[in-house]
Amino acid sequence: MNYVVPLAEIGHELSARAGGKARALARMLQHGSTVPAGVCILTDVYHEYVRRTGLQTSILMALNRRNLTGARWEELWDTALNIRALFRKTPLPADLQSQLARALAPHVAGRAVAVRSSSPGEDDARSSFAGLHASYLNVVGMDAVIDRVREVWASLWSDGALLYRRELKLDVVKSAMAVVIQELLAGEKSGVAFGMNPNDPEQSVIEAVHGLNQGLVDGTLEPDRWILERSSGRVLSHAPAARSQVVVLTAQGVQVAPLPPALREKAPLSAREVHRVYGAVCDMERLFDAPQDVEWTWCGKQMHLLQSRPITTVSSDDPEDRRSWYLSLRRSFENLKVLRKKIETIHIPALIEEARVLSQMDFTELSDAALDAECRRRADLYVKWHRIYWDCFIPFAHGMRLFGIAYNETVQPSDPFEFVELLAYADLETHARHRLLEAMAARVRADAALGRCLAGGQGGDADFQASLTRFHKQYGGLLAIGSGPVSGPDPVVRLVLEMAKGPPRAAVEATANRKTLAERFLAHYGGGKRREAEELLDLARASYRLRDDDNIYMGRIKGELLRAQTALQQRRPGAAGTPKQALDDIERLDALKNPTRGKTVRPASVRESASFRMDTRQVVGQPAGPGIATGAARVIEKVSDLADFKAGEILVCDAVDPNMTFVIPLAAGIVERRGGMLIHGAIIAREYGLPCVTGVPEATHIIRTADRVTVDGYLGIVIIGEAALREKLLGLRGG
Amino acid sequence: MKRKRVESAAEDLSQLQRRIAALLQKQSLAVLSTQGAEGPYASLVAFAESPDLKHLLFATTRSTRKYKNLSRNPRAALLIDNRSNRVSDFVRAMAVTAIGEARELAGQEREAQCTLYLTKHPRLREFVSSPSCALFCVRVDTYLSVSRFQNVQELHIKA
Repeated sequence: MNYVVPLAEIGHELSARAGGKARALARMLQHGSTVPAGVCILTDVYHEYVRRTGLQTSILMALNRRNLTGARWEELWDTALNIRALFRKTPLPADLQSQLARALAPHVAGRAVAVRSSSPGEDDARSSFAGLHASYLNVVGMDAVIDRVREVWASLWSDGALLYRRELKLDVVKSAMAVVIQELLAGEKSGVAFGMNPNDPEQSVIEAVHGLNQGLVDGTLEPDRWILERSSGRVLSHAPAARSQVVVLTAQGVQVAPLPPALREKAPLSAREVHRVYGAVCDMERLFDAPQDVEWTWCGKQMHLLQSRPITTVSSDDPEDRRSWYLSLRRSFENLKVLRKKIETIHIPALIEEARVLSQMDFTELSDAALDAECRRRADLYVKWHRIYWDCFIPFAHGMRLFGIAYNETVQPSDPFEFVELLAYADLETHARHRLLEAMAARVRADAALGRCLAGGQGGDADFQASLTRFHKQYGGLLAIGSGPVSGPDPVVRLVLEMAKGPPRAAVEATANRKTLAERFLAHYGGGKRREAEELLDLARASYRLRDDDNIYMGRIKGELLRAQTALQQRRPGAAGTPKQALDDIERLDALKNPTRGKTVRPASVRESASFRMDTRQVVGQPAGPGIATGAARVIEKVSDLADFKAGEILVCDAVDPNMTFVIPLAAGIVERRGGMLIHGAIIAREYGLPCVTGVPEATHIIRTADRVTVDGYLGIVIIGEAALREKLLGLRGG
Repeated sequence: MKRKRVESAAEDLSQLQRRIAALLQKQSLAVLSTQGAEGPYASLVAFAESPDLKHLLFATTRSTRKYKNLSRNPRAALLIDNRSNRVSDFVRAMAVTAIGEARELAGQEREAQCTLYLTKHPRLREFVSSPSCALFCVRVDTYLSVSRFQNVQELHIKA
């Protein structure tokens, strides 16, 4: 096969087919630098693979399930996960596989290699997008190498790459990925060097760790850092790291291990070695005619250069561009463990305590001015918690994703979201809240007189009143506020009455399957690795739980803010801080939580003229909870709409907030504008076994309350105004 | 990822009308479906559209099966699409099904509509002028537009 070329032989004419990394390594070799030997699999092989297997079509369809413009990073993550599963499921055609194996054999047989991406797109964009594409260290055996090659190809469509798809000029037909296969070096110390400090053009920076540089690059390990004067190489400062861990090679892959005590006291580089690294980065700058970001490793006395690329940070002048922030959410396991501890031991207890203290305040004791001040104080508190939500809770959600990636890599399931099954059925706060409501509904079911009494607007017995008060106190009484001054029955009572009309409905119990899946996952790991895998699963479950619980706790603070605002309004009707304004303020804050929310709100479009009328019949989103359900739509535009929810309706909303999920046990299905498999709506739908479709563009505009809607949670389709589908699909599991 | 924004779920009536009109103007052939005694039947026809989208025209000789079928049952459907037999069809191709009632035109009405038809298909002059050829007009009740594989919008024409 002519498509596997030794790095040293890659000249300018192969640039476009060898990709940026291979081309740079070739120039370094030709220049005489010490670079691990290797070959490049040209993009031709990628093209042939995706064309002959039909993957090209599958990728195109996966990318076009929804309009990616304006899609949130989480949705792109889902898309990338789907595409990656496609690559994993699609073997190379037999002849291509054997040709590739033959060509790689001399470079792979009997040794461990590194399999690394080399993207022509990065080269075209004349910028380096570090970390968008995959690379694997310590791959042993031909089958494993070819599997990793497919993973590297798949990373052409990684979530990060999709975020920067315009800059990378990603195109299903034209884009391709080359792969570098290099001899693996078991470096004793490694690091990166920036010829020019991105923050100060007068400086150079060297970062180093003991062992392999994998831990440094993905943020697991904190490195020792030297700041040098760029013009002379003089060391200006050295900041030593804590140095407790090291990334080492295992039988296949790498692992984080404790750093031997002898090395903890020792900086990875001597002064002489720092100078050698500085010399190398200057040399690379001369070779490539621009300041470089160089990765290197030392084996004995020899320094090897692993790669060199221009320093260009991906930045944008657009303050709305949150892409680098999204990418920063990709935390390492170690980093997430620290974050978890902080959340579980500090933030959540403080958040719960804050809400408790607020709920005990009796406003009748306050003067008007004091109550006014209290309202303001509570608004500030809400803002404070919002910040913590952004800085800690949201990044922690990455625990689920990290686990998903590990699960898919080891188990290789046909459904890339199988891992969610292992996380679901946690004892969520939502369930505790539902159990309180269900207990009240059970009393109404058992006591017809109580039901009539409540429906007539009377309070019910003392026992029921006590439950109701407890519920309001615990969950913020959000429903009561939205509907304005209490005129009709308490909205919570209305909800309970509606629940009482049907049979009790509880969250789906964890299935035996869940245990089997966990065992199947853990069985792939032996020894110390198994404990690490168990820890990762536990972390992911905590992350899943928090994804929902944090919002319930936040809801309590919000409810307490509203309680104060309502009290103020009752004293001084029409004054500042009326419930309406309070809701507006909170809407504004909540819009921050979900930045695309406000933007899609637009007036209903014109759908009828003198001669024509249009109807949307079917829209495609993403399947997020299996099953089929048909029912009348209930479009939720504000919290108070929830009070009208009837059993068997389809919940249609912009974004399910956990504080809206009161009604989910009443719903037959869920349709959500916001997309993703790991969003609240999808999580709760699975917990209650409801069909769910997310990522439905403009869901709340094209569907109107009372429209007959069919939710196809298998295919991710919503059919509007068609009742027959469910009957046609008899025999399928569904709600 | 260069992609024309072909449709949005929130498009309004005039956008949908424009999108359908653009497809009809660009395409010259449609798959005509008729219902006969033996069941459904499909055939390829050269069609033309009225500027207001309310009518579609096509021509056929009177000895054809479609002519026979339409004489028995005037309900008809026409499928017009822009597929290009490429990978991208699955997401970029758009298909429109027009459903309505067909009737054969005669006399002055035929002459007038024939002009419209021949503007789009000048090469069919001889064919349409033949005494054995019938010119049909379909009064459309509904257009169903399918785009991006599975997104479906309906455009109803009021009577």
